[in-house]
Amino acid sequence: MHPPDGNAAPIRAYGDREGDGMVQMSFVLPIPPSAKAREAAKRFGEAHGLREPLVATMEECAKGYTYFVVYGHSVQSVDISQIDVPEIRTEPLTREEIEHRIKARLGRKIVVVGACTGSDAHTVGIDAILNYKGYAGDKGLESYKGFEAYNLGAQVENEQLAERSRALAADAILVSQIITQRNCHKENALAFVDLLTKQGVRDKVVLLLGGPRIDHKLALELGYDAGFGPGTKPGDVASYLVERLAAPQAED
Amino acid sequence: MAKVPMDEQKVARCRAIANSVADDVQRYIDRHTSVGAERTILRSYGVDGLDDRGAPLVNVAVDRYQKEGLLGRGISYFLGRALLAGAEDVQDAAERLAFGPEVDRGEGGPDLAAVKAVLDPHAKAALARVDAARELREGKKRKVLPGPTPHKYVIVATGNIYDDAVQAKAAAHAGADIVAVIRATAQSLLDYVPHGATTEGYGGTFATQENFKIIRRATDEASEEYGRYIHQTNYSSGLCMSEIAWMAAVEGLDMLLNDAMYGILFRDINMCRNFVDQYVSRRFIARAGIVINTGEDNYLTTADAVEKAHTVLASQFINEAFAKRAGVREEQMGLGHAYEIDPWKEDSFLLEIAQAQLIRQVFPVHPIKWMPPTKHKTGDIFQSHVHDAMFNIVGIATNQSIELLGMFSEAIHNPMLMDRYLSLKATRYVYSACKHLGDEIEWKADGIVAKRAVQVLDEALELLGEVSDQGIWESISKGSFADVKRTRTGGKGYAGVAERHADYLNPVLDLLEKGAS
Repeated sequence: MHPPDGNAAPIRAYGDREGDGMVQMSFVLPIPPSAKAREAAKRFGEAHGLREPLVATMEECAKGYTYFVVYGHSVQSVDISQIDVPEIRTEPLTREEIEHRIKARLGRKIVVVGACTGSDAHTVGIDAILNYKGYAGDKGLESYKGFEAYNLGAQVENEQLAERSRALAADAILVSQIITQRNCHKENALAFVDLLTKQGVRDKVVLLLGGPRIDHKLALELGYDAGFGPGTKPGDVASYLVERLAAPQAED
Repeated sequence: MAKVPMDEQKVARCRAIANSVADDVQRYIDRHTSVGAERTILRSYGVDGLDDRGAPLVNVAVDRYQKEGLLGRGISYFLGRALLAGAEDVQDAAERLAFGPEVDRGEGGPDLAAVKAVLDPHAKAALARVDAARELREGKKRKVLPGPTPHKYVIVATGNIYDDAVQAKAAAHAGADIVAVIRATAQSLLDYVPHGATTEGYGGTFATQENFKIIRRATDEASEEYGRYIHQTNYSSGLCMSEIAWMAAVEGLDMLLNDAMYGILFRDINMCRNFVDQYVSRRFIARAGIVINTGEDNYLTTADAVEKAHTVLASQFINEAFAKRAGVREEQMGLGHAYEIDPWKEDSFLLEIAQAQLIRQVFPVHPIKWMPPTKHKTGDIFQSHVHDAMFNIVGIATNQSIELLGMFSEAIHNPMLMDRYLSLKATRYVYSACKHLGDEIEWKADGIVAKRAVQVLDEALELLGEVSDQGIWESISKGSFADVKRTRTGGKGYAGVAERHADYLNPVLDLLEKGAS
């Protein structure tokens, strides 16, 4: 197989052969299983742009509800030359390099304050980034000599986070948002930016947003400097902060 | 049965140490009360309703007496005096406590014996109500028998109790034995219980007495329809853990998430408050015959599941000791643990099965609660489904009692209809395919599994020794459990604790403690 390069024609999903557009879908329809239900699932697949949909599974999953697995050839394609996704352009640095740059270029610790804000009670993300223990073998910011990390924990109000950050003279603030229902994480994350702007301190800190539904693009849209999604390691965040706060020009 | 080596004497020593740790705290508990505990007692007398701003009457009344520094007498004392002063009934008496022009400072008037006497029928009625609900629930369970263990436990969490009822029935149809309604995010930190049926909630559905009724009705209907008893579960944790325990007791719930230390560690609830509240909650739980589910599984989401496996076992001994002190029987103690070791670690499955089997043997009659992988789950739902299958094998091979099913979409969203269906289907398959696996195999005497079991028990004993030396208060402040550190006067809800007066009055608690019928 020969993956096409980035400038080639629009790309299709790949199953067994180039351009076959093969995808699988699974979904529930609110009808009991029947020949008619099978046909409904087929048409549902067709409506999503699947050619020759194959209803591979049809099972009653609750009274009056049927679970389907459908395979088909998607007619859709994407032109990746038209896609522009902002990415965090930071080279991952080694622990030694991070420590060295902070010491040599900044000459003091980088103060980072993090919290799960609003009603969010899930500290897994913020703990993974800030706490000594870290995540997937990568130790958290607390373990670096060059960082002074404060983890305020869960359910911290925006006002409280702003106040603590000011009191601690934070260089960077990490907002972690996990709860995703009805977009409440967006509203709350946005409200924090507004609050800092109102207080006239937005430009004085590096503002980071993290969480399982967060990506860099969304973070930028919400007024943050960077966004970190699932799988982010503490070292990624540390590298980014060094890039931002201990840039070469800061070196005498 | 594929048993692992277990030194009975070490287990006995663990229990003895846990008992002494709990005794120390129990001495504190017996000298204190809390706003949560007193509100629970008011509710148990039948006090209900809201004030004109929507605050529960029990909060208004109890807060008023706490603010005046009078709660150490027990809210029952003032309720009794209001009855003697001419209140029509307990509701009227509670309204007088909440809204009366003057706070009753408890001076003069009738003597303590007269107050006790006027409360006596109300306290007996409070227990009779719990007993009647228990009898009703147990009657249903005798009529429609539960399925075989491990019981398959699933969660519904739509935010809308009426949708939850639909999803609960769907889960029963697909083979669930236990349905839990996840609570709305942050309810544990509310110092009051919301009122009425609710249709909006983030991350889950509010635990309210009316919601309990609605979901109980749905699961009862499902029991009848599918010929298998469907258990109903909710959360007795947080600042209202005792009030919710009482609501569950009178609304016929079968199980409650209830832990002696979870709120302290994971919700930053003040230790003093949490210890007092867990005791009162468990007194009602004991009386109602509700099965508790403890939260040790959570330890492994913050701490490493291999290095800190022994903290789970140590905490289970402590939870057991606290529960015993509240009259909870071993058959009601669903001690929790989890399959949370990094799945990519070599022989992780062997370490998991060693611990699960050890816990099964250490707590032979306890309805052990087995929790699925969450921490190492990713958005790869297909891999996640395989991960859950391995967890299911351990569940059936070690005969866990209650198994919360893993969901392939764990890392993505609250379970959808299809997610639960596929999880139940896969679990049914594994349970059936491996039904007698545990009876057929034997572990090598000096193998990985056997050695791991020995190691975990040894480390648990060692940790309990340390906890005993410094006391639980100090141990928690040093991060002995879940790597979380909490201080004795820190955390939420400390202002709601009151030292009991020499003449503290609480006839309902007295009856619960006596176990009188």
